[in-house]
Amino acid sequence: MNLSALVENLYANTIASLDLFRPELILCATIVAMLLVRIIAGTRVPAALVALIGAGLGFYFSLPFGDEPIVRTEIFTGLLVYDGFTVFFRAILLFFAVLFVIFTQLSGIPDREDAPDFYSLVLGGTVGMCLMASANHLLMIFLAVEMASVPSYVLAGILKGRRQSSEAAIKYVVYGAGAAGVMLYGVSLLAGVLGSCHLPTMAAELANRLAADTLGESAMVLVLGGLMLGVGLAFKLSAFPFHFWCPDVFEGAAAEINAFLSIASKAAALALLVRVVVGFGHVPAENAPASVIAAAASTSSQDGYFAIADDETTRDSAAPETQRAALAPVRDFMLLLVAVLAAVTCTFGNLAAYGQTNIKRLMAYSTIAHAGYMMMPVAAALALSSQNTRAAEAAFAAIPFYVGIYLFMNLGAFAIIAFLRNELKSEEIDDYSGLVRRSPGVVVCFSVILFSLVGLPPLAGFAGKYVIFASLVDAMAIPGARLTMIALLVIGGLNTALSLFYYVRVVKVMTLDDERDTRAPASFSLASIPGAFVALVTIPVFVLGLFWNELYQVAAGATTTLFG
Amino acid sequence: MSNVIWFTSAIVFLPAIVAMLIWIIVPRDKHDAMRWISLGATVVVFLMTAWMLFQNGEEGQFTAGVADMQNTFSLPWISSFNIYYMMGTDGISFPLVVLTSFLSMLAMAASWNITKHVKAYCILYLLLETGMLGVFLALDFFLFYVFWEVMLLPMYFLIGVWGGPRREYAAIKFFLYTLFGSVLMLIAILMLYFQSDLNLLTAEQLAEAHVAPGYSTPHTFNILALQKIGQLQNSPFSEELLWGRSLQWWAFLLLFIGFAIKVPAVPLHTWLPDAHVEAPTPISMILAGVLLKMGGYGIIRICYPICPEGGYELAWFVCAVGVVSMVYGAFAAMAQKDFKRLVAYSSVSHMGYVVLGLGVWSAAAGNQYDPYYWALGMNGAMFQMIAHGISSAGMFFLVGVLYDRVHHRNLDEFGGLFGRMPVYSGIAIVIFFAGLGLPGLCGFIGEVMVTLSVWNYSQALAVISAAVVILTAGYILWTIQRVYLGPEYKGPHGDHLTAMTNREIAIAAPLVVFAILFGVYPQVVFNYMEPSVTRSVEELAEWTHAVKDTPAPPTGVAVSTPPSDSIAAD
Repeated sequence: MNLSALVENLYANTIASLDLFRPELILCATIVAMLLVRIIAGTRVPAALVALIGAGLGFYFSLPFGDEPIVRTEIFTGLLVYDGFTVFFRAILLFFAVLFVIFTQLSGIPDREDAPDFYSLVLGGTVGMCLMASANHLLMIFLAVEMASVPSYVLAGILKGRRQSSEAAIKYVVYGAGAAGVMLYGVSLLAGVLGSCHLPTMAAELANRLAADTLGESAMVLVLGGLMLGVGLAFKLSAFPFHFWCPDVFEGAAAEINAFLSIASKAAALALLVRVVVGFGHVPAENAPASVIAAAASTSSQDGYFAIADDETTRDSAAPETQRAALAPVRDFMLLLVAVLAAVTCTFGNLAAYGQTNIKRLMAYSTIAHAGYMMMPVAAALALSSQNTRAAEAAFAAIPFYVGIYLFMNLGAFAIIAFLRNELKSEEIDDYSGLVRRSPGVVVCFSVILFSLVGLPPLAGFAGKYVIFASLVDAMAIPGARLTMIALLVIGGLNTALSLFYYVRVVKVMTLDDERDTRAPASFSLASIPGAFVALVTIPVFVLGLFWNELYQVAAGATTTLFG
Repeated sequence: MSNVIWFTSAIVFLPAIVAMLIWIIVPRDKHDAMRWISLGATVVVFLMTAWMLFQNGEEGQFTAGVADMQNTFSLPWISSFNIYYMMGTDGISFPLVVLTSFLSMLAMAASWNITKHVKAYCILYLLLETGMLGVFLALDFFLFYVFWEVMLLPMYFLIGVWGGPRREYAAIKFFLYTLFGSVLMLIAILMLYFQSDLNLLTAEQLAEAHVAPGYSTPHTFNILALQKIGQLQNSPFSEELLWGRSLQWWAFLLLFIGFAIKVPAVPLHTWLPDAHVEAPTPISMILAGVLLKMGGYGIIRICYPICPEGGYELAWFVCAVGVVSMVYGAFAAMAQKDFKRLVAYSSVSHMGYVVLGLGVWSAAAGNQYDPYYWALGMNGAMFQMIAHGISSAGMFFLVGVLYDRVHHRNLDEFGGLFGRMPVYSGIAIVIFFAGLGLPGLCGFIGEVMVTLSVWNYSQALAVISAAVVILTAGYILWTIQRVYLGPEYKGPHGDHLTAMTNREIAIAAPLVVFAILFGVYPQVVFNYMEPSVTRSVEELAEWTHAVKDTPAPPTGVAVSTPPSDSIAAD
């Protein structure tokens, strides 16, 4: 293949890929537009409006229209992958962006002057998160993580002149930079041993070496590289022991930023975790690097794409099975790692939440605990994927499903915290005492959200937890993983009971305790625009608890293309 | 069919709908209006369930003397997991449904003393009633679980806001215990779900379990289908799960712990004295009269029929738990100084009979597979639940009446009430004797049936359980002596000891009537209850006979237990 052919391929590939990359392009255009509007129209056109339109358009174009089933397609010469999972997470991230812009406008952070910067950062971070959810290449993983993180660092410190906020930002930066460095080192180790950064190629190479038993001493390097990559992921997930930034950042940063970090960032990190474990634990049918370019070049015609893939499989039909079997030790390693991290993170988050007096710190630990819960189905899916990828897909479906529910729960919680901060000028749990007397509607909404976070039926949080536990029980059928799954199930169950205590404490303070004299006599009614926003976000928590079949089917559909 | 759907759904959801209406429409300061509306809702629900008792052959009524599930319907709810909105009644659940609606009505009438945050109280109370009725009517395991948990939140607030001095502690303790139990239950439910396989059942069995043909996955939450799968000779639930124990064994254990917390059985009972003592009077009535029955109901409906092997192997454990609860509860009751705490511990003791009666049911003494004694114990346990629902709700109400007047419950500071409040004392003595198990009152029937059935299983246990009657007589007679007899009342607020109001008498009188009626003519209950209970026992007896007596067929073909025909002859 000569140079001109390469360039031609690259050109065709890029043009074909751009079509599937529309939502991200819209976001990028919105960012530019937002900065330009300020120059052209001064401050007459609010940046929030531009951001809202941009995010809304992005969301609209991220939705899969048409009846054609989405097939796994590698785009940009294999850097990214476009499949149902990408579509789902992109849609949910952009949906969140729309809600987030509305929320921040209602809560008054950012002010008019900061708004263009603020929304550029938010949308820029969202682009990075969309890339995280669709990454298929180690370099892309690193770039996406950085692209999502750097705006978050700035956002954490957006409250200028507030000491705590700056402290949060600097802590976040230092911690994030360290984690990124370690992760980059891990990436280089993995790439160095396996000779590629393209995940399917790496998996195929790894499978071949494992099957031929030629790994030798480089196995140690791979384990080390894998662990280092895991550090970067654990940092984004705020998994133990890389969670230390989380409570401090959450306490220092504004509640709005907490919502962004705990929902969008967490969703993207989970998607990335799924991409990594699937990428290393499974070789898709079309794994040869040569076919990627050729296949991607013809993405415009799906038939041709499939034809090539079919050629591959017919040429070497036994290959995927043997490769899948050869990767068993890799999957076992990742299973153990994820299971231990999930169990420890979940337990630690719940235990540490007990002593908190600041509602944002409490929610930070709650976020950590939920990261633990949401990692559990990854372990279950890894166990199942050694036998049956269909069952593994069903187990993975618990993650998009939970994320869909978690979005409403946490957005509702942080919206209430932000609006109450505006009224009470406080984020201490004690200052919420007796709130039910003056603001009964909001207390009912907050209680619904908190009980949903515990996982009590008939609220949506229960459906999410139910699906997670279901994936674990399903994986108990795999004899090798049975004990691990039972252990995770017991830990998850105990944690659910434990977590009740601190969530209920907040409810108790709001409802059972008497009002404080020292607190400003403020009230926050549902019959206001912020109140309506709170109610609108809380209603899905209730409705999805009763009728979650549709959301589950969407989530299950999103994971059916994961394994290619 | 669709009438049945609407009728049953109305029974369950009417209270919740009324609660929503109160929330939206009624202004916060119209206390009496809210009370009357709530009472009206509970009365309507009671009348609907009472109408089912009649035998006019109309659609929706419950036909007595039939063992089958009646008025069953099943609508798809969450198809991804084969979850249905499925409800129905049989002789096991129907008496408990009527008991629930009856006690809910009485307890609402007893709620006039609640003056703090009346609106929130009425809303939560009605939501609680929806949860309780749903538990007894649900036939889908997932739906059952949802209703089971729906009760928790209202109960937490009802104890936590309107309770006594240590209400917050009691409320969170109740919440934590029950949530812990229900998490275990959820794990067991999921294990059974993923192991279940509808393809093992014959078309006839599927029709009996109301499974719609054309199911997408072979897994099911249908309680009836799970029962049939669990009682197959080569049940998929019998596969080994962990440490040499079958999945059934583990599922039984998890479910039993979950239900035993609710019953409550020693040593998982410690939430009960706190919750009962701190809860306001009407909520104590509901707790003792209805919530405790859910544990027993779960054991009968779910534990044994779905996991017979677990029940068979753990029979000694269940019986031991029952006997220990009886003895411990009785001794603890004897040691109490607080009147309400004494009644609470008496509940632990009395519910021990239920656990024992159910536990004996699964045991086969020697190689006898005669279901007669099992059926006796099981029917006794069921009857004991109804009887205890009447007597314990009555006892808590009567303690509440006294507390409303003198604002203390110290047993040592009472005495001489017979002279001051003769009507009240007369009612109280009937109710307390019913709790004691005096022949001719409702408590006697269940206790004697359980004790008789235990004799065939273990004579030692029978002797102990008979001896508990003496302990019970001891603490109840001693209580009556300390509270009602004696020369005069010397405690505080003596001048407030006024006669019972008409409202209070109206609440207590029906309880007295039923305590006597059920004691004299227990057939009233057994007519509805006995066929279903006996059939469950016979099915399990056949299962035990087939599985434990003869070697399982060598091939992997599932041989189903034929449905029992002996009901008609019974």
